[in-house]
Amino acid sequence: MILSRNWLNEFVPNVSVSDIDDKTFAEALTISGSKVETYEELGGEISNVVVGRITELTRHPNSDHMWVCQIDVGGETVQIVTGAWNVHVGDLVPVAKHNSTLPGGVKITKGKLRGERSEGMLCGLAELGLDEHDFPYGVITAAAVLNNYHPIDPKKPSISPEITAGDKIFGKVIAAALTSVETVSFGTYRVKANIGDNEMELTTLCRNLHEGDLVALNTAANTICTLADLHAEQKEFPNCIPDGIFVLNEEGIAPGDDIKTVTGLDDHVVEFEITPNRADCLSVIGLAREASATFKQPLVLHTPEVEGCGGSAFEEMDVEIENPELCPRYTARMVKNVKIAPSPKWMRERLRASGVRPINNIVDITNYVMLEYGQPMHAFDFSCVEGGKLVIRTAREGETIQTLDGTERELTTSMLCICDVNKPVCVAGVMGGANSEIVGDTACVVFESANFNGVSVRRTATALGMRTESSGRYEKGLDPMNTYLGVQRACELVELLGAGEVVDGVIDVIAADRNPVTVELEPEKVNALLGTDISREEMVDILVRLGFTLDGDTIYVPSWRSDVEHYSDIAEEVARFYGYNNLPTTLMRGETTRGGFSPKQKAEQLMTASCRSLGYSEIMTYSFISPSYYDKIRLPEESSLRHSIRILNPLGEDTSIMRTTAIPSMLEVLARNEHFHNKKASLYELARTYGMQEGTALADERQELILGAYGEQMDFFQLKGDVETLLNAFHPGEITYAANTTNPTFHPGRCATVSVGEQVIATIGEIHPLVAKNYDVDGRMYVAQIDFTTLLTLQNTKIVYRPLPKYPATTRDIAVVCDASIPVGDLQSCITKAGSGLITEVALFDIYTGTPIPAGKKSVAFSLKLRAEDHTLTDTEADDDVKAVLTALEEQLGAVLR
Amino acid sequence: MKEKLAQIRAEALTAIAGVDTAADLDALRVKYLGKKGELTAVLKQMGGLSAEERPMMGQLANEVRAAVTDAITQRSKDIETLALERRLAEEALDVTIPGAEREQGHRHPINLILDELKEIFLGMGFTVAEGPEIELAEYNFTRLNTEEGHPGREWTDTFYITPGEEDPKNDAVLLRSQTSPMQVRTMETQHPPIRIVAPGRVYRKDEADATHSPMFHQIEGMVVDKGITMADLKGTLNEVIKSLYGEDSVTRFRPHHFPFTEPSCEVDVQCFACHGKGCSVCKGEGWIEVLGAGMIHPKVLKGCNIDTDVYSGWAFGMGVERLAMMRYGINNLKLCFENDVRFLEQF
Repeated sequence: MILSRNWLNEFVPNVSVSDIDDKTFAEALTISGSKVETYEELGGEISNVVVGRITELTRHPNSDHMWVCQIDVGGETVQIVTGAWNVHVGDLVPVAKHNSTLPGGVKITKGKLRGERSEGMLCGLAELGLDEHDFPYGVITAAAVLNNYHPIDPKKPSISPEITAGDKIFGKVIAAALTSVETVSFGTYRVKANIGDNEMELTTLCRNLHEGDLVALNTAANTICTLADLHAEQKEFPNCIPDGIFVLNEEGIAPGDDIKTVTGLDDHVVEFEITPNRADCLSVIGLAREASATFKQPLVLHTPEVEGCGGSAFEEMDVEIENPELCPRYTARMVKNVKIAPSPKWMRERLRASGVRPINNIVDITNYVMLEYGQPMHAFDFSCVEGGKLVIRTAREGETIQTLDGTERELTTSMLCICDVNKPVCVAGVMGGANSEIVGDTACVVFESANFNGVSVRRTATALGMRTESSGRYEKGLDPMNTYLGVQRACELVELLGAGEVVDGVIDVIAADRNPVTVELEPEKVNALLGTDISREEMVDILVRLGFTLDGDTIYVPSWRSDVEHYSDIAEEVARFYGYNNLPTTLMRGETTRGGFSPKQKAEQLMTASCRSLGYSEIMTYSFISPSYYDKIRLPEESSLRHSIRILNPLGEDTSIMRTTAIPSMLEVLARNEHFHNKKASLYELARTYGMQEGTALADERQELILGAYGEQMDFFQLKGDVETLLNAFHPGEITYAANTTNPTFHPGRCATVSVGEQVIATIGEIHPLVAKNYDVDGRMYVAQIDFTTLLTLQNTKIVYRPLPKYPATTRDIAVVCDASIPVGDLQSCITKAGSGLITEVALFDIYTGTPIPAGKKSVAFSLKLRAEDHTLTDTEADDDVKAVLTALEEQLGAVLR
Repeated sequence: MKEKLAQIRAEALTAIAGVDTAADLDALRVKYLGKKGELTAVLKQMGGLSAEERPMMGQLANEVRAAVTDAITQRSKDIETLALERRLAEEALDVTIPGAEREQGHRHPINLILDELKEIFLGMGFTVAEGPEIELAEYNFTRLNTEEGHPGREWTDTFYITPGEEDPKNDAVLLRSQTSPMQVRTMETQHPPIRIVAPGRVYRKDEADATHSPMFHQIEGMVVDKGITMADLKGTLNEVIKSLYGEDSVTRFRPHHFPFTEPSCEVDVQCFACHGKGCSVCKGEGWIEVLGAGMIHPKVLKGCNIDTDVYSGWAFGMGVERLAMMRYGINNLKLCFENDVRFLEQF
């Protein structure tokens, strides 16, 4: 919401810019709950620009298109050279004097133009940051001045360079030399023209004419030809342009006046971010009420008064609401004998300051009322309403409407429309239809001031892709009591502007009534919630300033404050104006609570800290992935992991399902790093996965620790070692590793399933080359996927100390030859289980193939450590155990001593 | 004989002084003092001396032996010292050669901030609560006083898993759009006094760009107890902000609106870059918005069967990404989810 402070000042007279500067104003309102985003003086960049009266105008001696002006700028005369042709003696124009500034950081200083002194610059609208919508009278009608003619092809000019007064140009159009130009009234000139043999007088609206100009005169119509009349292009008459100096046509201005005051650029504007619960603050009056309460200054409101011209609107038109839940109230008035014209300057200035472009009086009135009261208005041409009846109903199947922006819109049956007996003429609360648009010859207008269901308006606006000032207000839920005031204000303005005659009778259909809301005033409860000691009187004072009324302890909530229902809402109102920053600051009393991390949270910290100590860095990936990612990791069609929870309205296919595994997320990150030419990466994520659950739509949310790496620091055994280290930190019991040749994501010969007892807790390995290829990676990638949720259940946190050994250990090295296909793990577990329990450690130290070991065989060497708890082992005891080991190896695995 | 002894002495001392290895020194020891050594040979001739000469010669010979032994001992020490010096000199390293670093992994910046936040609250007696990311509309909206028709419920804003069946406003399933459902879930399972923070992932239908992501992190905090006031909220959050932004941080509490708190506020911290003057960090405002908070709405408390005549509470919610971006000067949020190691290794 952009607020004009001039406009605000009308309702809170003591809060003008001169009373309270913008910064103070912005800070105070922000602190009381209306957050200010920005503020500025509209013409803040303009300085030393004043109104000047042209007292003398002569052609520049050294230029064929410039003029030298003598200008009275209030008490002194300055000389300024201008290239514009639309100025005349007596005109009032904006003069940027020596050492003045203009929007866009432009600085004006005196100088010389082709030898002539120029003590400043005359300004056009654009140079002041304005346009023709702000000042419609600033638009220039330009005659084609023949002195300025530049033929497109110099060899074949359409008009001879030797042409003189009286020469024929074509048809009834002849050349005429102007002998005098006099201003009759603003924008109207009386000229005398020599047409060769005689002289004639005529009136013209062309503003760029001066004595001595040669023009084309249409003797049939008695008009001076414009470029359009001659079918000429702009480049043929480069100085005869519709743009020029902004010649002022304002009452009561004089040379020397500050241009900012004259054009309304002295207004200051403040932009607010209004919270969705405060639709009432999307209006000048709403903000005036806040400002009044903030600065404790009186609020002066105005009750609109309409004289009326007789007749009866009830006889002319009828209104029927078919969907009362979507339109609780519809208020309308009729205006006839409408005279479409530009709005007065004060209205245009306020609209412009509020960021709304002025159009014409009727449209401007609707916007003005919307900004002032926060009540969106719509005006439509009643002659276009068939059957003299308005029906407020949802659109029928297949109905369409062309909206004011010229787009044909398909309506759906949930969209509320204002219709005549046959067709929609307006999308309720969003935008009017082109079929009933206010145009130049509109004679009879209906002003609509309605209350629509906010959610419905928002959904319609979203579905049609057009959020408007109107829909933006409706969607927040407006006060149904405001429609009457809105329509009355609009009609009052119609009469004030002389824009038409207001027909008697206010059509006001109230489909759903609303009782006023009441809340009990409980000062102790408010103080208890805020931690304050505010008196009842102070609370009442704040509430009354905001428009609440009290009857004893009963607070009547004003209709525009639908957000207030509870004592806590009253507490907020009190706190806002008492000042949030004036509330005391205390530390909580009461029972102490024991803070701390849960065992799971501690386990997460242990796991992730261990990962980092092993050199893995943490990544963070999206929980949603593309279904095609399962194909990329070659997940079988029948895999249960493909049963993912699907998002009904995803941003795109790439983020449409909730992952059941974090492997694709990790591979994507590894691949991305590889493509960034990072030589290596070791990464982890403690990732959530989302499985489907029987009997509930909620997910089985689990945690998976995913490790991923590539680069020279990594190979299968490094990864395996890292996983062993991580798992050991959890003391889960005996961990076994088994070859997994069937997981299609992994290299069939380089993948292991990791188990604790019967429980599988991890899969580790090198990524299958076909999967790597799916990620455009040539090198090897390694991934370990640890089921963290399960690992937690296996974690042993009850560690008990075992006494250190008292007796020395004996070591025995053995080397056995066995089939190359027998896993070392099998040999190792066979050794561990054999013997009489003296073997405390089995360490692999060599694997050898090649001569003299026969083909298909391998030699595997272990170092065994044997120890008894209660005595020093004898050689015989140790030898017996080793013998038992060798027997077991031979019997179970066919491994013989080398 | 006397001359002979003097000669041995002189020769031996000269020779000892001239060797610089332990082996050569040992060879000299054998040569002069060994069983077949020169001094021993001379002593063997003692028998041929007169009784008067013998003690005198004996004393002289012992002196020579002592002198040679001393010289050898001394020389041996010198040689050891020399050898050590030589070794140390040979072993000297160029200590400016880069060390063999053991590479550690790095914590993700967003989790660094979350760790910091959790630690601050733990110190104040809070625990860390966790809950589902795939959530019921009942918890994400309805019981947070966010009724049907609220824009946040629209399919344009929130990701839905199921539209709901019998009672869509409650049994629709969605990706939680805030961590606030943890308020309700906690009050359902715990009795006051409650002090929790609930960090986690949340999801909103925003296209990813420099400042938005469809998945991001929030941390929710909540206190419910007897006699909890808005002044307590201010007191606690001021402490939190001081821990985060420094002891001299200046805060500002501004009225705001959230459906599930009343009164509600937003908390700004005075821009640490310009101290309130206005700069590019605070976009000229002098203040940086850091969190939203308020007193838990009585409807929310009652919905969890908490007696509002006895108990009250406050809650806050804070976006983590923005904090991380400000703290580390990260100018594009996408970097946080791209996971380029060159980015990750900076933390």
